[in-house]
Amino acid sequence: MPSALEHKPWRDLEDALVGVHGQLGVFALADAKDNTLFIGYAGGRTPFGLKGEITDRLQTTEGAVRARIEITTSYLSRYRECLMFYQAQFGCLPPLNPPERLGRLSPMV
Amino acid sequence: MNLELTEEQNLIVAMVRRFVREEILPLELNLDPDADTLDPKDQARLIEKTQSMGLYGLDIPPDYGGPDIDLVTRTLIAVEMAQHRAGLYAPCYGVFGGAGLAQLFEATEAQKAAYLYPTLRGEKRGFFGLSEASGGSDPARAIQTKAERVGDHWIINGSKLWISGADRADFGLIFARTSPDKGRGGVTCFIVDTDTPGFHVRRVVHTLRSAHYATELQFEDMSVPHSNVLGEVNKGFAIANDRLTRQRIPYAAGCIGVAIKAQEMALDYVPQRETFGAPLSSRQAIQWMLVDNELDIKQALWVTLEAASKAQQGLPYRKEAAMAKLVATEAGGRVVDRCMQMFGGLGVAKDLPFERWFREMRIRRIGEGPSEVQRHVIARELLGSSLR
Repeated sequence: MPSALEHKPWRDLEDALVGVHGQLGVFALADAKDNTLFIGYAGGRTPFGLKGEITDRLQTTEGAVRARIEITTSYLSRYRECLMFYQAQFGCLPPLNPPERLGRLSPMV
Repeated sequence: MNLELTEEQNLIVAMVRRFVREEILPLELNLDPDADTLDPKDQARLIEKTQSMGLYGLDIPPDYGGPDIDLVTRTLIAVEMAQHRAGLYAPCYGVFGGAGLAQLFEATEAQKAAYLYPTLRGEKRGFFGLSEASGGSDPARAIQTKAERVGDHWIINGSKLWISGADRADFGLIFARTSPDKGRGGVTCFIVDTDTPGFHVRRVVHTLRSAHYATELQFEDMSVPHSNVLGEVNKGFAIANDRLTRQRIPYAAGCIGVAIKAQEMALDYVPQRETFGAPLSSRQAIQWMLVDNELDIKQALWVTLEAASKAQQGLPYRKEAAMAKLVATEAGGRVVDRCMQMFGGLGVAKDLPFERWFREMRIRRIGEGPSEVQRHVIARELLGSSLR
């Protein structure tokens, strides 16, 4: 299934984390069938940026073997956009994302 | 002319200043550096506090249950409310409440019942939809969204850009062209429910602000009842223009607040930081930056307070509001830039608020009418009918 980061390819976690270090940005984690399980971000207070956040998140995201990663300093607006995009497509948030107050987006398909 | 604050103004300013320092700044230590919202529990707790301070719903007229605060005092409060990391676009994270859309105070009683009162009770949210891809500074010519009357309804087609809050709103004020050949006399303001078929929030527009984003809207054969026209048909430009002028004063005040906080931080820092065996404060280069900051802040503050004072007295204030917006946004940018320079590497790190202020302050020279448009407004007021 697609996620809100469709322009980024799903990659195996090990590959995806190569070259990602302390940057800020957004990411999606998926199972082996590319079903999005969680969308998150690494912000200005995240220790070790994307690498640290994804590594931490994997401890609590059972079944995650694939990732999409986008490095961006607009991590908060991009994160909310990704969640709204997902919600517009599937009518709910990714299964491991906690409830969040979001706006409504009706993207062009 | 008395430039001293009254005893009441001093008390209110001190109360808001203490609130920002004791309630907002400690919370920001644990928030993301770009955050624009508080934890809901903190939000509710702080709203209770501002209510008990008698300062909730600052922009609500007393007739509608708001505190009776004059515009000069309101401006002084806005300066204080901005003195924290998120202060430019989320002053005190909204815990002082808002009036929603001031234009609704002029609505019909039925419109007030459907939109204004629920907004004041916190049950509904609205947005202001004026700017389009074709431009926002010259709405009389730039508006291409069209509304055509069919019986008791209007059919609206078009798009809007740079619209804040539309994705979370229950309704919006949308400006559309209702008479194609009448320029500013051919624009009408509609109150539109966001669940109306044909209303779409197409995308988030990412800018220098990471949290408080804008959106792009599209309207496809959106049917709006004639009873939802705000004011009169073809008289929407006056509503938009009034809002643009009025908004320039708090917009300026926010920039001044951030500049004051940045200067305060620099004044604390430079006596402590040593280079080549002497504190930074002993260097003339640093002293002159501080002096230039002080001049920028004072000039912006007095120009802005003058605009607020004229507006309060019911005098024409378009020129003064444009001057306040122009002076304060440009001064604020210079002050934050100088403070970053004084802090060196720390100034550009997310550990301190300067980098956020720097990004967001840059937007202020464009938002609500860029500096060039403010100069145009001032020139038009100075030259009057001789300007072609």
